[in-house]
Amino acid sequence: MRWGWSRVSGGKVPKIPLEKQVRMAVNGDEAVAYAAKHSLVDVVAAYPITPQTIIVEKFSEFVADGEVHTEFVPVESEHSAMSAVVGAAAAGARAFTATASQGLALMWEILYIASSLRLPIVLAVVNRALSAPINIHCDHSDAMGMRDASWVQLFVENTQEAYDTTIQAFKIAEDPEVLLPVAVNLDGFVLSHTLEDIYMLPEEEVHKFLGGYRKVTGKTYVDYLGKEVEVKLDPANPLSFGPLDLYDYYFEHKVPQIEALKKAKEVVKRVNEEWYELTGRKYGDGVIDAWGVEDADIIVTVLGSTAGTVRHVAKQLRREGVKVGVLRIRLYRPFPFEEVANAIKGAKVVGVMDRALSFGSFGPSYLDIAATLYTMKERPLLVNYVYGLGGRDVPPSLVRKMFEDLIEVERKGEADKPLKLLGVRE
Amino acid sequence: MFEVRWHGRGGQGAWTAANLLATAVMLDGRHVQSFPAFGPERAGAPVLAFTRISDEPIEIHCMVYEPDAVVVLDPTLLATVNVVEGLKKGGSIIVNFDGDAEELYKALGVSKGEYRVFAVPATKLALEILKRPITNTAMIGALLKAHPLASMENLEKAVKARFPGKMGEANMELIRRAYESTKEV
Repeated sequence: MRWGWSRVSGGKVPKIPLEKQVRMAVNGDEAVAYAAKHSLVDVVAAYPITPQTIIVEKFSEFVADGEVHTEFVPVESEHSAMSAVVGAAAAGARAFTATASQGLALMWEILYIASSLRLPIVLAVVNRALSAPINIHCDHSDAMGMRDASWVQLFVENTQEAYDTTIQAFKIAEDPEVLLPVAVNLDGFVLSHTLEDIYMLPEEEVHKFLGGYRKVTGKTYVDYLGKEVEVKLDPANPLSFGPLDLYDYYFEHKVPQIEALKKAKEVVKRVNEEWYELTGRKYGDGVIDAWGVEDADIIVTVLGSTAGTVRHVAKQLRREGVKVGVLRIRLYRPFPFEEVANAIKGAKVVGVMDRALSFGSFGPSYLDIAATLYTMKERPLLVNYVYGLGGRDVPPSLVRKMFEDLIEVERKGEADKPLKLLGVRE
Repeated sequence: MFEVRWHGRGGQGAWTAANLLATAVMLDGRHVQSFPAFGPERAGAPVLAFTRISDEPIEIHCMVYEPDAVVVLDPTLLATVNVVEGLKKGGSIIVNFDGDAEELYKALGVSKGEYRVFAVPATKLALEILKRPITNTAMIGALLKAHPLASMENLEKAVKARFPGKMGEANMELIRRAYESTKEV
């Protein structure tokens, strides 16, 4: 079975065997809060009102109970929350915040500043629909709004992965090759409010995994100080971050940022392996999590919690003799083009599921996968299914309908429509 | 996989019941999932919560459409909500109900033998023990009588972690009384 932590029993013995891990029943929000607690976070700045998540509510309990050393800053908006963690991270702190839907939209301006200043902030995004009309439920519209902001974007499938990935996110963000912020995306309600049994690590093991508190790794020679200093805000060695940079150098200064985001992919893979050695859990190769794709005629790609439901239906279809596979995209930015290409190249038909729509175009991941396929000599047929907007539930029966549609596309040898709205009433 | 659907009204603790059962089952060493179906959050409005229990890790993430058991925290729901919808053939209906069997079957709109029906006077017991008409924990006791999904020992651990002190003691007393008082009708 190709499902992350279920492989624990069959694989090699992890450095921390399961009996030394802590089994708990928590929801996705609590799992992320515990992960932040275990990750020695110095500063959490968050807007404490709707659409905030239980993540910071739970974390504020750890602060109130004196269980963490963290400076907790309740601010007046998400714009300020992101601004505050930008300041904290620039001063060398390990900084964390969380938000959802409208809150992420309000952060947007500062998201670009966080990444372009190369600050290793971790942001938990509980994926929820955008207004209007007002809706509190799951879709990926909020996350897709930050798609181009030079953040590393990871999407998790279950509560266990929410815990694991939040810890990994700090390691990825702070890697000297990366130094970019990381967003951990978990589906609103479907994961954030769903209690599942998970394993956590003893806190000190997470400290060891992250190498203790955050260390500022960058150094720079400053002529007015006449010495080399750490790249951080420090009153004793004053530096300016993000000053005026016009058409003479702005473009060149984007190049290392572009390169760093590319390198993030290998770091995500490496951290996934390190986590496997430590805990016995891994999520595919870290960037994609494939099931049954090797000999599949039909492959469905998907992000987030729906992947498990799709795999559940795919297993039924396999038992019925239909060769189907499932490709969960765990790392959405940087997009793992080569890995996706290798996984889907043998298929006759690929169904791309998107829980968001680029209005006037396709679902966002369809565009990435279409770009992936373009360079191939022989390309599978491609169909985009936009599903679950505003929290519309995705039961196995609906997933089965999609597979049946794909079987029909394979039989006919052509897709009647490239974009389909799955589960919408006509 | 065993799937439970909880019917309550906003504020009655259906989600808490789903979580307490899930925590007890987790302590027993099985895999669980529990979650609410959130509508507009209004006190008194009909709400749903779900618990999934399995020996294997649970892959699917969606609502429960064909439960093995439904638990009804508030008998007034029977007049407005079809609590039997989607229930598997021969599945169980566990209701907070203080009356005769014929009346209950009529309120449910099902005939004898279609499903297994269990009744417990949970409101009466809750008023007696908690001095409040809060029936969520009582209905966990009633469910365990119908289906031994979790050990009483681990349920006690879960309840006492959620309700420390006297509140936990009282809820455990209520759970045990409800367990004893639950009858298949």
